[in-house]
Amino acid sequence: MRFGVVIFPGSNCEQDVIHAARYLGYEAEYIWHGDTDLSGFDAIVLPGGFSYGDYIRCGAVARFSPVMAEVVRFAETGGPVMGICNGFQILAEAHLLPGALLRNVGLKFICHAQPLRVEESACQWLDLPGGTVLDIPVNHNEGNYICDADTLERLKGNGQIVLRYCEADGSVLPDSAPNGALDSIAGICNERGNVFGLMPHPERMVDPLCSGTAGVPFFTSIVKRLAEV
Amino acid sequence: MPQMLDAELAPKLAVELGLKLDEYEKIVEILGRRPSVTELYMYSLMWSEHCSYKHSRKALKMFPTAGEHVLQGPGENAGVISVGDGWAVAFKMESHNHPSAIEPYQGAATGVGGIIRDIFTMGARPIASLDSLRFGTLDKARQRYLFEGAVAGIGGYGNCLGVPTVGGEVYFDEAYEGNCLINAMSVGLMREENLTRATASGVGNLILLIGSTTGRDGIGGASTLASQEFDEKAEDKRPSVQVGDPFEEKLLIEACLELLDAKLLVALGDLGAAGLTSSASEMASRGGVGLDIDVTKVPQREENMRAFEIMVSESQERMLAVLEPEKLEAAQAVCTKWGLRSTVIGTVTDTGHFVVREGETIVADMPASTLADDAPIYDPAMERPAYLDEVQSFDTRSVTLPSDDELGDMLLKLLASPNICSRRWIWEQYDHQVMLNTVVLPGSDAAVLRIKGTNRAIAVSTDCNGRYCYLEPYLGAQIAFVEAARNVACAGGRPVAITDCLNFGNPEKPEVFWTFYQAVRGLSDACKAFDVPVISGNVSFYNESFGQPIYPTPTVGLVGLLQNVSRHTTAGFKDEGDAIIMLGETRHDLGGSELLKLIDGSVGGMPPTVDLWREQQVCEAVICSIEMGIVKSAHDCSEGGLGVTLAECCIAGDIGANIVFQSRMRRAVSLFSESQGRIVVTTAVEDATVVMTMADRLRVPYEVLGQVGGDSLSIHDVLDVPVSELREAHEPTLERLVHGE
Repeated sequence: MRFGVVIFPGSNCEQDVIHAARYLGYEAEYIWHGDTDLSGFDAIVLPGGFSYGDYIRCGAVARFSPVMAEVVRFAETGGPVMGICNGFQILAEAHLLPGALLRNVGLKFICHAQPLRVEESACQWLDLPGGTVLDIPVNHNEGNYICDADTLERLKGNGQIVLRYCEADGSVLPDSAPNGALDSIAGICNERGNVFGLMPHPERMVDPLCSGTAGVPFFTSIVKRLAEV
Repeated sequence: MPQMLDAELAPKLAVELGLKLDEYEKIVEILGRRPSVTELYMYSLMWSEHCSYKHSRKALKMFPTAGEHVLQGPGENAGVISVGDGWAVAFKMESHNHPSAIEPYQGAATGVGGIIRDIFTMGARPIASLDSLRFGTLDKARQRYLFEGAVAGIGGYGNCLGVPTVGGEVYFDEAYEGNCLINAMSVGLMREENLTRATASGVGNLILLIGSTTGRDGIGGASTLASQEFDEKAEDKRPSVQVGDPFEEKLLIEACLELLDAKLLVALGDLGAAGLTSSASEMASRGGVGLDIDVTKVPQREENMRAFEIMVSESQERMLAVLEPEKLEAAQAVCTKWGLRSTVIGTVTDTGHFVVREGETIVADMPASTLADDAPIYDPAMERPAYLDEVQSFDTRSVTLPSDDELGDMLLKLLASPNICSRRWIWEQYDHQVMLNTVVLPGSDAAVLRIKGTNRAIAVSTDCNGRYCYLEPYLGAQIAFVEAARNVACAGGRPVAITDCLNFGNPEKPEVFWTFYQAVRGLSDACKAFDVPVISGNVSFYNESFGQPIYPTPTVGLVGLLQNVSRHTTAGFKDEGDAIIMLGETRHDLGGSELLKLIDGSVGGMPPTVDLWREQQVCEAVICSIEMGIVKSAHDCSEGGLGVTLAECCIAGDIGANIVFQSRMRRAVSLFSESQGRIVVTTAVEDATVVMTMADRLRVPYEVLGQVGGDSLSIHDVLDVPVSELREAHEPTLERLVHGE
């Protein structure tokens, strides 16, 4: 199993994703944003950070990197792609996932452990039963998910909502989302379930020395699934 | 020869640029003629207090700077210590007070950016930031603006870079109203063999400018902002504040570390205060060589910039490298890969002269070492300030203390005090986890960062209580040190070295300089007692507004080492039934305390006394017990005393405690006295005797205070407060204050 982790100028969580994957015993290598060869990789991760400084819209410049055309092709042929935080923003800008991520409602950067409820979904990256509650840190300034009403209905109907911000007991209240996200959405996938974007950082919760292991299933699920195919 | 300034104009301009007339005359003497405009600008910056340390240099010689761990002491961009297995840690703290007082977001952001450049310049990857902040009280809108802006700026810059902000401190006091303090500390990690110095060498080698273009921003920052007091014209100095670009800095970090890894550079330095002038002249001076630079080669972002503007611009995110000509192509390829500009702007020469050209014309030509090393060194006059007698004679025993049935309310008031309450509102705006090294998150005594690939970790804390320093600077500086040492010890770290940021008023005032000298002496004595050297630091003078100096604030940034990262300890109580033991003893120490400020509104009396030997033994007892694996929590006593310490342990652990300690003192004193040298630890009941035996062996007094358990903090039968109520007092204060509530 070999993860490819894309480095855009300004990415800053790429080392953490590599560390998490290798810690779990998988191979993981960097992919430079200027490269266009994804052969040899079983799954692609777009890591968090501030690609190109996020000076325009988050992810708006990164989506035009040479590597992104290949990532789109990889995703279209069913290859698993996960975008974490800035990676999610890039996937949305690249139209691999619907919707957009706006500035947090509090207008402040937020970094804290956040309870998340796993929803029943088509997502290939997470095989936990619906209703599971995970504590995983969020760390962003623009995580306020938004989409139009039709898209939201489609997301719900197709089982594309993967994670919701919630309270410690798993209930989702109107203000559970720390960033104001629509319907408390923290993570979504495409219809096929191979492309997954989420604002929280599961790679920070793999090595038990650093805060816990709630993020492990975000790596092991896809490995298990690929082994089965 | 450069074109000399007009004989009448030259001394006038010198004074306008912040030089004194006899300093101007010294320049004329060095050059054997009047300076050119470029030369005068360059000297004025390099001889400013900020760059030359002309008032502080002699006093700083008191600091111990050597030790078994030290790989690089003061004098370089940052100090470096060895932490074992071939790993080294570089760290330094620096002030960005004056820019932040004018434009808090950019001032704080570029403060972070500047200190981080000092770290990767040494060849280390920055792995953590800490920030020590001081503002006036938040009931004033201006102070809220400064505080919110500075926190946003620190976060905005550090978060984008992907360097976690893991700790720091903040105090609010009227003394900082006209002059806030922003002290930023950066810590970096490297292999020992990658240690790089900013020392130019090799005649014929090229000088490569990497990174941003050069503009007019920040011109004169070091002389007109950092080396003068504030008055009503301060707002007009806004153009002297630089603007940061963290994305560019992120690319610089990656490119520079790649250049150093590939051994493509001879030397590397960053462009900070005084820009190209200081970076280049310091490199040349250290290497004993000359430099020949052509300003027309420098990429500029504004039109018609004059040579002197290019030489002193403080535009951010620029680095200066020296390299062999045959490595130029490979080095530029690395820069291009990271999307960075790199331009050869000059060469290293054997003349010892710093020559600046504007195309064909020579605009400056002076002995390079005279810029960096020949600034006049002053022996400022000292006089014990008159206010000391008055404040110290305040009798803290004359204050009406809360009675036993008021203790619960007083504890809640202390927990909600802006100087004690939870700092969560701040650190939740900072990415404190990126890089996956942060083992102990913000909110405990010290941040703990593991060193991947080893079993070790470092613990880091910044501390200084300005009130104590105001009351007695010698003691106050020692308390800053011992509190940092206790914080690091509580995490399980053995103190190794410190950096400092010495914030004071105008050193040309004898009373101010006396407080500076006493603080340096106090800090120095503490360092010697602990055998912990000072490996880097920064002096920030002229922190005054309208003639009123800030509290003397010698901030200490201490780094300690944990041999076994799995033994790290946090402040929160852990398990029902654990024994609570206080190491050290409580005395009647209410001088300068938070209690006194709350009930009397005054800052008076003598600060707590410090027994350096005892402090060291207390730390040692805690560290040894932690290393044995028997300590479940550790938290030191500082502002608000034992009562606040116990409450914070309960809040952090979300569990109560039953306290039944014996004391002949009034309970208000037992609970809220701020005696130094105290740490509260918990252990399983069966391990308590081990800690006590350890304390006995090290001749540390101790007291068994009670047991962890229940859901309230219960002290004797006078105080019984649910943990939820403690949290409600402690958590929301800062957010409320920021919103003007």
